This record gives sequence, structure tokens and C-alpha cells, in this order.
Amino acid sequence: MEKSTMNKDVRLSCRNIWKVYGPESDQFFEGGNGVVDDPETLAENMAKSDHIVANANVSFDVHVGEIFVIMGLSGSGKSTIVRCLSRLVEPDAGEIFLDGEDLLKKTSSELIEIRRHKMGMVFQSFGLLPHLNVIDNIAFPLKLQGIPEKERYAQAERVIELVGLQGRESNFPKELSGGQQQRVGIARSLAVEPDVWLLDEPFSALDPLIRKKMQDEFLRIQSLLHKSIVFITHDFQEALRIADRMAIMRDGKIVQIGRPVDLILNPVDDYVREFTHDVPWESILRASDIVEKPDGPIEGMGRVSGDTSLASLLSYLSDHEEGVIVEAKDGSVLGIARGQGLLSALALGCAIGPAHVKV
Amino acid sequence: MNWFGIILVTLLLIALQDKWSWISEYPDAFILPITGWLNVMMDWLVSNLGWFFMGVSWFLEWPIQSVQWALHALPWAATTFIFCVLAFVASGWRLVFFTLASCLYMVVIGYWPESMNTLSLVAISVPLAILIGFGVGVWGFYSSRAERMIMPILDMLQTIPVFAYLLPILMLFGFGTVVGLIASILYSFPPMVRNTIVGLRQVLPEVIESGVMSGATPRQLFWQVRVPSAHKQLLLGVNQSTMASLSMVIIASIIGGTSDIGWEVLSTIRKAQFGESLLVGLVIALMAMVIDRITAGMATRSDDYDRENKTWVQRHRYWIIAAIGTAIVFALAQMVTVLSAWPREMEFSPAREMNEALTYFIINFRAEIESIKTFAFFFIMLPTKIGLQGAISPFTWGFELKTWHVIVYTISMVTLALLSGRRWGIKINILVLLLALFLYIGVTKMPWPAMVLICVFAAWRMGGRNLALGTFLGLIFLVVTGMWFEAMLSVYLCGIAAIISFVLGTAIGIWASTSEKVSSIIRPINDTLQTMPLFVIIIPFVMVFKIGEFTALLAIIAYSIVPSIRYAEHGLRNLPEGVIEAATMMGGTNRQLLWQVKIPLALPVMMLGLNQTIMYAIAMLVIAALVGTNGLEQLVYIGLSDGDFGLGIVAGAGMAIIAIIVDRMTQAWSKKRQAQLGLEV
Ligand SMILES: Nc1ncnc2c1ncn2[C@@H]1O[C@H](COP(=O)(O)OP(=O)(O)OP(=O)(O)O)[C@@H](O)[C@H]1O
Ligand SMILES: [Mg+2]
Repeated sequence: MEKSTMNKDVRLSCRNIWKVYGPESDQFFEGGNGVVDDPETLAENMAKSDHIVANANVSFDVHVGEIFVIMGLSGSGKSTIVRCLSRLVEPDAGEIFLDGEDLLKKTSSELIEIRRHKMGMVFQSFGLLPHLNVIDNIAFPLKLQGIPEKERYAQAERVIELVGLQGRESNFPKELSGGQQQRVGIARSLAVEPDVWLLDEPFSALDPLIRKKMQDEFLRIQSLLHKSIVFITHDFQEALRIADRMAIMRDGKIVQIGRPVDLILNPVDDYVREFTHDVPWESILRASDIVEKPDGPIEGMGRVSGDTSLASLLSYLSDHEEGVIVEAKDGSVLGIARGQGLLSALALGCAIGPAHVKV
Repeated sequence: MNWFGIILVTLLLIALQDKWSWISEYPDAFILPITGWLNVMMDWLVSNLGWFFMGVSWFLEWPIQSVQWALHALPWAATTFIFCVLAFVASGWRLVFFTLASCLYMVVIGYWPESMNTLSLVAISVPLAILIGFGVGVWGFYSSRAERMIMPILDMLQTIPVFAYLLPILMLFGFGTVVGLIASILYSFPPMVRNTIVGLRQVLPEVIESGVMSGATPRQLFWQVRVPSAHKQLLLGVNQSTMASLSMVIIASIIGGTSDIGWEVLSTIRKAQFGESLLVGLVIALMAMVIDRITAGMATRSDDYDRENKTWVQRHRYWIIAAIGTAIVFALAQMVTVLSAWPREMEFSPAREMNEALTYFIINFRAEIESIKTFAFFFIMLPTKIGLQGAISPFTWGFELKTWHVIVYTISMVTLALLSGRRWGIKINILVLLLALFLYIGVTKMPWPAMVLICVFAAWRMGGRNLALGTFLGLIFLVVTGMWFEAMLSVYLCGIAAIISFVLGTAIGIWASTSEKVSSIIRPINDTLQTMPLFVIIIPFVMVFKIGEFTALLAIIAYSIVPSIRYAEHGLRNLPEGVIEAATMMGGTNRQLLWQVKIPLALPVMMLGLNQTIMYAIAMLVIAALVGTNGLEQLVYIGLSDGDFGLGIVAGAGMAIIAIIVDRMTQAWSKKRQAQLGLEV
């Protein structure tokens, strides 16, 4: 169903997850794999009988090294699904596979092992321990594992450097700004070197400037560590900047999954269009705004003029991974335009790259 | 049925009480012999399970003895040094000086050994109370069923007068220091339970979840995430438990057998050695303040240690300083005897001078003291107690109560009620009528069915059906156990004290809320009064006014005025900004602002202050039994001194019932009012 099925292994996969809150929420399923004939009607019936359907039939895969973003309005079930993935919340039905193993079948002691070594989570409201200073907060998961003090401080120092908090080791959470606290939260979740990283609106509590900086740092960290990431956000611009693929949720259901460009180009309905709507740059920006240096032979690629609007380029680029040659009025080659560059431009809302690239 | 109906029925009952005497006095024949039953039960318990309790008692003697031994073996200088280090860790140099001065005071006036006896009891009872309190609190936190069971028991333990449960402990565990220990544990573990439950519950869910995601096992989650995150609240519990324990240890010494500070205070009061009793009382107060400041300091201390850059020695520096310092002081004390045993001839006590000064004062101001006493007695206490109808006589007021007086009184009160009703609404109208009625009849002369009716109806209006039912059952208990009259005596004394405290205290609180200067003067006084053991507060009043109800009244006011002041100031200082600004912008004068905006908004908080004032008044009333009152508290005290277990417990339960009813009523009212105003306290 997706265009870019990366040729990589699936790390985390959830199949037909259901989570219902309400007076008799356990009447609908007794465990089971959550596969039902008509999920739409079932969810409607649940809602009618005064239940809150936090997750309905949610399925997606997260590949190795991929950033998977989930978006949706408040209350659409985003937090619930990541809490299901981490089993902070028990789904009513469905299956979750981590590296091919069924997570829901794990005993609580196996689960503790998984959380200690494979999974990290960052919380919207940080969840720092108020009685521990920065370094102890970060080393806390290691302490729980019984790792000796020296080793765990060494490891904590490494991640502190990663998030740029050197010099604040002995501060207590209440002495830090929101952005700094969130870095502690990020560092703590990284201290155990997890394969799977769950982030629930990690940057929502931050002001726009700091948020932007944190996004940069996040991308930098990811380029170093290559985790498999589930990232929740409210902010489409943020999603554009960081997502490999993304899902949009509504009323507990997934409405659409795809690359950001797919969502912009082919929104399945108005709800999705609403999200992508805020980004009008495609009609403002021109092809010449996004040219970059070609990194290979450019023979046989299509050519467009520099003042072509990005809106009219979108569909072409989504079908041609390699990009398109952009030429100036006089026919000289400015460079090539690619899907990724286009996305970055949309995300930033401004021109990037040198204006003229002579080949 | 409304208030006017109730008032009519009351008038009817008053009119009928001459005809049917059961209205004015519950017939003796119908009194349930609960007291007797309880005594039988207790005897059975003592003779059949006595060995068990004695065993426990024997077992508990050991730690007390050893701590006592240790505290006596240590030279006073060494103990003082340890306390000073603690004070420094908890707060800083100022507290060190205060601690040092307090310790020196105890030494110099020659009460060091007695102080250490008291301290050793506290030192055993506090850890036990905290352990028990924490355990029970954790249980209550995890099981809401358990919580529902625990809470009423805590209410009872904290409201049943201390004297009432000294006796059963005495009977079960035998004479000795253990009685004080157990009583103090029973009294001091409830605050720990409450704080534990609140603290554990307050931990943010994200913190818990982040602990889970860090891979904590359930045990790690509890001990390394939940408990440390709640540590401020837990330490607050420790502080409150310690204070409760100390006050109970002091009170428990009333049964004697321990040569501790509480006993010294009591015996000096009994011997009318007022100078001495005040000086010893000050020891208790200082001890309480030092312990309070140290534990409170620990609770709010911001830990600024930085583990990884420090060596072992740096990390444990306070322990090391304490250990080495104590060793040095100990060694010094072996050479310089003054440091271990303060010589008698160096003791300094201004007690004699104080006694003489007091005698001088009393002799020279006898007339003034007497006239204050008589005035208060004839014109305030007597009318409340037996009503104007009984209080007015040629001997007291200088004239006889005639029919035309009554008519004038009735007409003027009804007019007053109508006028104030017109101005402030129907509720005030009713309030004035009821007060006028009570003032005429007297609290103790009001027929019991009328009183029950009024209280139950008020409870129903304030808190709904359950509260009304509870109130009814509680009051009926007082009636059928034959303690109604004593109960009303308690209500009367507490009532006057609470009203005076509330009015005066609120006025002071309002004043303090408008002036930083006043506020900064009042605050330390309040703090001191609140940490002062109840015994000590009584002393100065007994000195001047001798034993009697008036002295009791003054002591109760002195103690119970504190919450009224505090809550009034707090309520006025923490109003929603927007409202005040809006009212200021409408051009309100300061006076209008105060009376028409601030006070109505702060009223719910002030009501909580009233609630606390009444609770404090009841707590003090129990102790005031020592200076001669006649209510339930005296029955409790008599029960204790006569060894009548049943009487003590029933009267004690009676006091707890009154306290709990008043508490629930004022809280219900305050909550309702807050909800209407959309405020949160
Ligand atoms: N413990 C709970 N009990 C009952 N209902 C719950 C519970 N947790 C979540 N819900 C409901 O489930 C729905 C989804 O909640 P969820 O927290 O997943 O939303 P969200 O998409 O994360 O929203 P936000 O963007 O505001 O964080 C909401 O309607 C919420 O009220
Ligand atoms: Mg959420």
C-alpha cells in the first residue's frame, strides 16, 4: 500500500490494535488478534454504548532506522497507541511484534528486560524524578539494572554530551528550563541504547525557537544512532522535517499512512487535507528554490525551467526518485530538484541551497 | 419543615418542660449502662489476655531503657554537639545557635536529666510511629477499601481525648514508661498515615510511567520512584508525628512514675511553684521548637549534593564531623567535669524571683484581676451557660429579671432579627433569632430534644441526609449514656472560646493581611503558640487567675485563636487577582473592597479556620480539665484518676463525637460555599 517499502526489516509492528475505555470495555473482546469483519460498525457501536474508543483497529509497521510519525487531533488516540506499544496500557485486542516476537505474550519479567534494553520512551511532560539530579536521572535506568556506579556515570556522561547538557550534571530538574528538562528526558531514554524509541509529543511544551533547535538535535542524534522511532506530534511542519513515513489518526483509527509527500499529494479525505493544508509553500516556491548539486550523472533526466511552481512539480517528483534537472532561462543547468529537497523546503518555508549551480 | 418551624417547636418544648420533666432531663431509668459493660469487657480482657500485653510491655521496656542509658551516659556537651550538627545540616547557623542556647538553658536551670528522659521516650516512639504510619499509609494507598476503613479510625484516634486512652493502656500494659510510649505511638502515627497516602498519591503519573519504562521492577518502582518522589510530604508527616509524639509524651507523664519533664511541670503546678513550672515549661517549649525546626528543616532542605565530583569523605562529611566531634567532646568531658555533669552550685534559676514578682503583682492588682474575672463570669460565661433567665439576679447584675424585661428583650431581638434579615437575607434573620433564644435560655438549660432537633436540622441543611443521620446518632449516644448535661457544659465552654477566638482572630488576620509589619510580628507568635505543648500554655493563666473555668477559657482562647488568624490572613492574601482588580477598577474604596469583595470571597477559607479553631479548642479543653472545668473532659479525667475505664472511654467518645460532628458540619458548609463561588482552597 505504500510506495516506499524500504528494503529493510520491520522492527516494530502492530496489527489490529483495539483499546476501549468505558463501563464494560472488556465485553467486546476476550484478547484475540483484533481482526473483525467490520471495524467501522463495531467502533460505532462501542461509541454508542458510552465507551471511548481510544484505538480502533490500528495497524502499522516501523522499519529499522525509520522515523515513523503519528499525527492527529487531541484525543484521537496517539498517546494510547504508543502506550500500547510500550505496554504501559494493555490493548484489548490485537498483536504487537517486536523483532518478530509477540510483545503481548511477554511476562512481566520479560517485559522489564525489554524495557531495560530494547525500548526507550520520552514523555510529553518529561516525567523526571524530582529527587535526582540530571546525571542521576539519566543514569537511573542503568541503576535499576544494577550496573556499578562508575560504569553508569560513564555511560550517562556519553548521552549527556549527545544532548548537549554538559555542565548541568548536578542540577535538579526544577532548576532547568523546559527545553533542558526535555533533553534530560531524551538522554535518559537513550542511556540504555534502545533499538526502539517512542516519543510522545516530546517538543510540544517548548517554544518555537527551542523546538526548532531540538528538532535539529534530534535529527543529528538519529543520524548517529539510527534508531527505529515512533514520534508523535501535533505539528505538521515538525512532521515534514523529520518523518520518513507518517500516519494520521482520527477517533482512534488510522486514516492514512504514507510518506509526507504522499499525504500532501493524495490526501484520502478532507481531514487529512486539513493537516497538510497549512503548508501553502508548494504554490509559492519555485523549482529554482530547491536546486541542489547533482551527485551523479544527470543524463536522461527530465528538465524543467527554474520558475516552475513546486505545486506542479510535486507529482512528477514523487514518481521520479532521482529528481529533475532545473534550468535557467538561458537553458543552462541550475542543478537538480529532488523530492527530499522539496520537502525540506516545504518544512522550512524558505529557500534553501545556492541559487546557481553551474555544471 | 423550615427554620421557623424548628424555632416554634423549640419554644413549645421549652414551654412544656415544666409539665413533662423528661424534656428537660433525660430520665435516669433509661440510661444505658454502657460504662458498666465496657468495664466488664476490660476486666475480662485484663484477666484473660493480660499476659500478652504485659509481654509486649516487657519487650518495649528494653529499647527505652537502653536509649535512656545512652543519653545519660553521654555527657551533655556531646549530646548538645550532635544536636548542633543536626541543626546545621537541617537549616544552618541560626538554628545551630538556637539549639545551643536551648540545650544550655536545660543544663543551666538543672533539668538536663529529666529532658533526656523525655527525649528517650520520643526517640523510641517516633520511629515506631513512623514505621507503623508508613505501613498503614501504604496499605491505604493501595487499597481504597482499606482507606475507607482506616480514615474513621484515625479521626477517632486524633479526636478522642488523650486522657481517655491513657487508662486502658495503663490497665493493659501496667505502670511504667511503656504507657507513655504506647499512648504517644497511638496518637502520633495518624498524621504519618495521612501524609503517606497524600504523598504517594501526589506523584505524577508521568513519573511513574517513566519509571516503568526505565525497566523498574514493582519493588524498584515503589522504593526508588514513588517513595523518593513523595519524600517532601513524607518528611512533613515525620515532622507532624514527632510533634504529636512529644506533646503526648508530656501529657502521658500525668500518670506519673517517670521523672521526666512533663511530670516536673505537673508537680510544680500542683505545688503552686509557678516560677519553677514556667521555667520547666519553657524547657518543653524549647525542646519542641528545636525538634520541630530540625525535622521541618530536613523536610524542606534542598539537597544540593553533587555526587560524582566528590570523594567519600566529602560525601559523608557531616557523619564524620559528628562522629569525630562527639568523640573529642566526650574525651574533653572526661577531663573537664563541667561538660559532663553540671555542678549543682552552678545552676541558675530565677524561679524564686519570679514567684516573688508574681506575688507582688497579684497582691497589688488583686482588685483589677478580680473585677476582670467577675465581669467575664457574670456577663459572658454565666449567661451563655444558664441563660439570661438564670444569670440575671440582684447579686450578679444588680437587678431582678421582671416580665417587662423579658418583653423588651423579646421585642428588641425580633426587631433586630427582622432588620438584619432585611439587610443580609433570611439566613441571618434565623441566626439572630436562634442566638437570642440561646442567650435567654442558656446552652445547658436548653431542653435536649430541642437541641438535638436544631443540630440535626442544621446538619441536614449543610451536609445532606448522611450528615443529619450521623449527627442524630451521635447526639443520641450522648443522651442515652446520660452525659448530656456534661456534654453541654463542654459545648458551652468550647463555644464561647471558639466564638471569641474566631472573632478576635479573624480581626487580627484581616489586619495582618493589610500590613506586612503586623504580619511579620504575628507570625512568630503563632508559630510559637502552635509548637508549644498544651500544658505550658496553661501555666501563665493559672499563675494570675488561679484555678477555674475562666482560666480554662483564657487558655483555650490563647491556643485556638491561632488558626483563625492564620486562615483569615491566608484567605485574604490569596484571592483571585482578577476579581480584586476588577473591583478596584469599578472605583471601590478600600473599605468597600474589604467588606464587599474580599471578605465574602475569603469566607470559605475563614470557615476552615473556624473549623480548625474549634478542633484546637476541643484539644485544649481536654487539658483544661486539669484546672477545674465540669464538662465531659472532667469526666474523662475523673475516669482516669478513679481507674474507671468505662467512664473515661464513654466520655472520651462523647467528646470525639462532638468534635467530629462540628468538623463535618463546618467542612460541609465551607465546601458548599466554595463550590458556589467556584474557588479552591
Ligand atoms: N485512562 C483512561 N480512561 C478513560 N479514557 C481514557 C483514558 N486514557 C485515554 N482516554 C481517552 O482515550 C482517548 C484518546 O486519548 P489519547 O491520550 O490517546 O489522545 P491523544 O491523541 O494522545 O491526545 P493529545 O493530543 O491531547 O495528547 C481520549 O478520548 C481520552 O479521553
Ligand atoms: Mg497525548
